[in-house]
Amino acid sequence: MRKLVATHEFVVLCVLAALVLLVGSVNPAFYSLGNVFSLLKGTVILGILSLGVLIVIVSGNIDISFTAIAAFAMYCTGKLMLAFFPGAPLVVAFAVAGAIGILLGAVNAVFVAFFKMPALIVSLGTASAIRGFMLAFIGVRIINNLPDAHVGFSRSRLVTLTDSAGRVVSLPTAILVYAGLAVLVWLLLRYTILGRGIYALGGDAVAAERAGLNVRGIQVFIFCFVGLLSGVAGVLHSTYMRNANPFDIVGSELNVIAAVVLGGASITGGKGSVLGTVVGVLFIVIIDNSLILTGIPSYWQRVATGLIIVLSTAATALRSRAEARAAA
Amino acid sequence: MDLRRLQLRDLVSRDDNLLRLLVISVGVFATMTVLNGDRFLTTLNVDSMANQFPELGILTLGVMLAMITGGIDLSVVGIANLAGIFVALVFTRLMPEGTTGAAQAAWVALALAVALLTGLAAGAVNATLVAVVGITPILATLGTMQLFTGLAIVITQGYAVVGYPEAFLAIGSDRLWIFPIPFVVFVACALAVGVVLSRTAFGLSLYMMGTNLRAAAFAGIETRKALFKSYLLTGLLSGTAGVVMISRTNSAKADYGESYVLQAVLVSVLGGVNPSGGFGTVLGVTIAVLSLQFLSSGFSMLRFSNFAKEFTWGVFLLAIMTLNHVQNRRRARSAARVGTIATGGAT
Repeated sequence: MRKLVATHEFVVLCVLAALVLLVGSVNPAFYSLGNVFSLLKGTVILGILSLGVLIVIVSGNIDISFTAIAAFAMYCTGKLMLAFFPGAPLVVAFAVAGAIGILLGAVNAVFVAFFKMPALIVSLGTASAIRGFMLAFIGVRIINNLPDAHVGFSRSRLVTLTDSAGRVVSLPTAILVYAGLAVLVWLLLRYTILGRGIYALGGDAVAAERAGLNVRGIQVFIFCFVGLLSGVAGVLHSTYMRNANPFDIVGSELNVIAAVVLGGASITGGKGSVLGTVVGVLFIVIIDNSLILTGIPSYWQRVATGLIIVLSTAATALRSRAEARAAA
Repeated sequence: MDLRRLQLRDLVSRDDNLLRLLVISVGVFATMTVLNGDRFLTTLNVDSMANQFPELGILTLGVMLAMITGGIDLSVVGIANLAGIFVALVFTRLMPEGTTGAAQAAWVALALAVALLTGLAAGAVNATLVAVVGITPILATLGTMQLFTGLAIVITQGYAVVGYPEAFLAIGSDRLWIFPIPFVVFVACALAVGVVLSRTAFGLSLYMMGTNLRAAAFAGIETRKALFKSYLLTGLLSGTAGVVMISRTNSAKADYGESYVLQAVLVSVLGGVNPSGGFGTVLGVTIAVLSLQFLSSGFSMLRFSNFAKEFTWGVFLLAIMTLNHVQNRRRARSAARVGTIATGGAT
């Protein structure tokens, strides 16, 4: 029990609960089914992207090109689907976007794993190259006439209920994709040799190599997997919006990283969990969406986000310092 | 004494990369001159380039300082915009309308002081979080970036603040002899940072902390104090950049130049600053920011879109990094070979 209380996830959950109570007490509409569903809906894209970032951060690296990859995959998939198979089911779109994502992730992987270049710099370069290439040579016009499968999926609902006020509220099917991927990443990190390797790599890369882990292989996997998740997130984003806007998604990368770190992943690697990340994402989404409900003008939003990042990282830093002192 | 020796060794080992960057930069300049016929090498273009690059250049100096210690500062643009907005408010809210002459000059001096103080105060927030509380710099400044930009949005409610006196606008449009003032400001900042880094004990301690924090602490450096001061300095530079920005554009906005954050990191790395700390020179960063300006201006003349520029910047960064990497590895390999022979002979 004491072990549970001491985990970072537990602390974040407590803070989250406090936040929920606070917002809810100011405005009870926060607890309405419609609001809860809309918050859950809001976690999907951010959540899927954060799962990828979680893996990279656990392995002791960083990637900031994933939003550029997501936007690229989304836009190119939209174009390709319209041009070649407008009637195909959405699975094809996911496959195409996933493949594009894996390819672009592989570019990162080559620089990081084979040239041993710092991932921050590599992904800075690839992000700017990928986005620049898309906007300069592929297109800048929003695709408004996405294939039927996209639009169909955006209408599909997992649950449809009628709330107390008689309004119809629903939860989109897309949330299943997020849940499925979260479980997958959880299994991967917890129960596979590859997953343990990722933690080992983040804990101490040199030790991991000496222990006989295939560091290069693990890194290639990680960056390709981030690409895959980004591709999936991109397609989901376009079904949400019912269009493919090449200017979307990019710009949210620091938000995603913040969510992962809020969820307890250590930026220096070796630490982090899916549960924490899911909570971190929920945290960011609630902050972003709930200020209006509490009557705070929306232009305070960034101040609030900034304060929460600063306070939560400060709490973590002070806690780990206290732990280190106790251990010494 | 130690300082000189370290510098010399540093210069010899880093010289190759710096030299290569210089060659590439001259190459870019020459290519653009050829491609653009007689439009590139004109006073008009050189002048406009000298007006454009200082904003990014000054911000990059700040980011470089943080990166030398092994950290990073993502909040530089947020600080610059906040400083710019406070300056704008001094002119639009405090200064009586129709102030001229010496009185106006005094208000401008006050506004400049406000900008630098804002930079220092914001830098002190970062410094406290990084050096006192002990948050990883990338996270601390990620938070304060949101915080400072957020404050700027709250203050301006998203609107641009415009309307500055002539004496202030002169900073962005006048020149000292033939040099545009923004360029002069950049040179002054670069010289100051260069002197601090290469001629003071504080500068040396930043490099040492970036190379090995623990060793630096055991060597008697007050690491927290030095780290604190370095973020103060970065804040000060950001405040200066804010003044240059608004005097050039004649408006202060909360979200101006957000892409400068990543560009400043990019330029630093291009200029040979090691993101894990310990390396980086003002000269390298200056050459890097100039070569990017040549690329950018040249491509503008060729009617490339901004997006094509973004693409080339990314490719340029990756190409130079790869080139440096291949060269360094080759050198490391030959050094290792020499080492083996030497030890082989000894045994």
